[in-house]
Amino acid sequence: MTARDEILARLRTALADSPPPVHVPRRYRRVHDRPDLVEVLIDRLEDYRAVVHRGIDALAGLLAEVDRLAVPTDIPADWLAGYAGQVRRDAPPLSPAELDVVDAVLTGCAVAVADTGTIILDTGPAQGRRALTLVPDRHICVVRTDQVVGLLPEALARLDPRAPQTWISGPSATSDIELNRVEGVHGPRRLEVVLVGLDDPLGR
Amino acid sequence: MNRPGVDRSGTGGAAAPATGSGRIRTPLPFPTAAKPAVADAQLRANLHRATRTIRAKRARVVDEVPDWEALRDAGSAIKADVQRRLPELLEQFEASATAAGATVHWARDAAEACRIVVALTRAAGADEVVKVKSMATQEIELNEALEAAGIAAYETDLAELIVQLGEDTPSHILVPAIHYNRAQIREIFQRRMPDAPPDLSDEPAALAEVARAHLRRRFLSARVAVSGANFAIADTGTLVVVESEGNGRMCLTLPETLISVVGVEKLLPTFTDLEVFLQLLPRSSTGERMNPYTSMWTGVTPNDGPQAVHVVLVDNGRSAVLADPVGRPALSCIRCSACLNVCPVYERAGGHAYGSVYPGPIGAILSPQLTGVADNASLPYASTLCGACYDVCPVKINIPEILVHLRQQAPHPVAEKATMRVLAWVMRSPRRWATALRLARVGAGPLGAYRERRSGARTLRRLPWPASAWTRSRDLPLPAPQTFREWWEKQ
Ligand code: SF4
Repeated sequence: MTARDEILARLRTALADSPPPVHVPRRYRRVHDRPDLVEVLIDRLEDYRAVVHRGIDALAGLLAEVDRLAVPTDIPADWLAGYAGQVRRDAPPLSPAELDVVDAVLTGCAVAVADTGTIILDTGPAQGRRALTLVPDRHICVVRTDQVVGLLPEALARLDPRAPQTWISGPSATSDIELNRVEGVHGPRRLEVVLVGLDDPLGR
Repeated sequence: MNRPGVDRSGTGGAAAPATGSGRIRTPLPFPTAAKPAVADAQLRANLHRATRTIRAKRARVVDEVPDWEALRDAGSAIKADVQRRLPELLEQFEASATAAGATVHWARDAAEACRIVVALTRAAGADEVVKVKSMATQEIELNEALEAAGIAAYETDLAELIVQLGEDTPSHILVPAIHYNRAQIREIFQRRMPDAPPDLSDEPAALAEVARAHLRRRFLSARVAVSGANFAIADTGTLVVVESEGNGRMCLTLPETLISVVGVEKLLPTFTDLEVFLQLLPRSSTGERMNPYTSMWTGVTPNDGPQAVHVVLVDNGRSAVLADPVGRPALSCIRCSACLNVCPVYERAGGHAYGSVYPGPIGAILSPQLTGVADNASLPYASTLCGACYDVCPVKINIPEILVHLRQQAPHPVAEKATMRVLAWVMRSPRRWATALRLARVGAGPLGAYRERRSGARTLRRLPWPASAWTRSRDLPLPAPQTFREWWEKQ
């Protein structure tokens, strides 16, 4: 018998008592009813020591300190308006060594969860490959207010499971040494979020 | 006696559920193994501070979730449903993952799982792998098997790195180096990391920085990575890894080949079910609203991440756990470690005393079921039955009930039998028991001190001889009298 067939047969034998069907009670909250989602998101992000900026205008100031910037190929042109540094587009794909020497990466996101302060990237528009937001030490992420949801169930409903996903809640951190939180072990040590409202002409 | 993996001669023929092998067995009886830890003041101080800190953080973030109990109910039911439909869900997972470009392998036991990983690593032409912390690979003793095959395995989680460099084994599911303080960690780094500066300080930030530099080159050049998975989604073939440091993302993204070793019980039916478990897990484990990073991947994504993706589905005793209707819920465990952090026995004995990769209350019920109770007979006694573990478990595993169930199957050690008889005598009579309690409460009687540790965890510190043998290194609980007495009546 193959291992597969044997394991499946063992498991079927183990269930010889035919456990009855299970009803899954889903009485938990599926939708967040608070009106101030963006404020909640900011509060949670700052609690994780991410730095939050409001309005697309803040981006130019952030980028002014960046010499070499990695970006996905489909980055909105407006985000780079006035940027004078070197832009490294991820086409052809940048090697890990090339990503290791840029100062920052700039991306958008797929959805952000206010309740947990989580930003989700699914390699969709303006997000690029996973390696892009992993190797550089500083991640600048543009989040539109229409991408903000209240609770995790609302976020999952917007996501395509087949796309690889990276969920980010604050910068890389460890608590392994006497449970002291230390930011930045292997992932980006700085996470900066630029929140852009729908009424912002450049936010789209 | 049941021997791991090779037991195919059981009553049900070739497909009878078989017990597991690997690092899930106590080499010594629990009280003996616990002795050095109980006597080590530094260790106990480290453990006490750590468990108390995580307990407080967890309580705070759980309190802010108004629907926590509803989430626990859903999580518990989803896992019960998974257990009931495990064969069909595994087949569904295999089909979805394969369709997405992954290769699915099956391993009956630890040795077979290790052989598969070694063969895949060799086929990729690599003589080293980077690893992201995984209970399953510790369970099957993969690092040892890789080393025997001439392949170097590098743990990349900071705590696992500390433990690996210290030539030690992990002592906690979530914080494997919980038993070390900063000075001890600095000492290990200076001794074992050639690139550590001689004047390295013991500031956590400085220690983390050294580890980052030490591992970075390895990440950027690694060709094969080995991971576990927190969840495997049947309807989409997706694997999920939850972590903090980014070493997981590094391993899951940069190498060409990714091999994930996954226990068969990790399945969830649908992608939507993650909405429950990704709320329950971080708050229960690290006491955070969300862990810094969660990665999900489904087979191969062209031009993004590993282009060879393997999943090794491991039984190694899980079918034997499934076969026991009372013990079965142990397979619901999501390895959050909340039960360790509230357990008065774990806090004193530390993780190593359990001899298994699964310490604490969950280890006391899971390990004996994976190996067969006869091979791990002391572990069901490594508990006071105070019930704190059941209260915090995000998937509502009734650990005390399963402990009692397993004790009934375990051969009782002789000394324990004698002390148990005395306890039984005391507890069998409501009057004697009440007297004992009253004496204890005033702190003047021969039964020692009564204390209120935390809500719901009331324990007696010391009992008179011969019961003192039993309470010397563990406390006697004062559990809900009805259920406990019922149990004693049955003895
Ligand atoms: S038994 Fe429950 S509390 Fe303990 S580690 Fe597993 S899920 Fe967490």
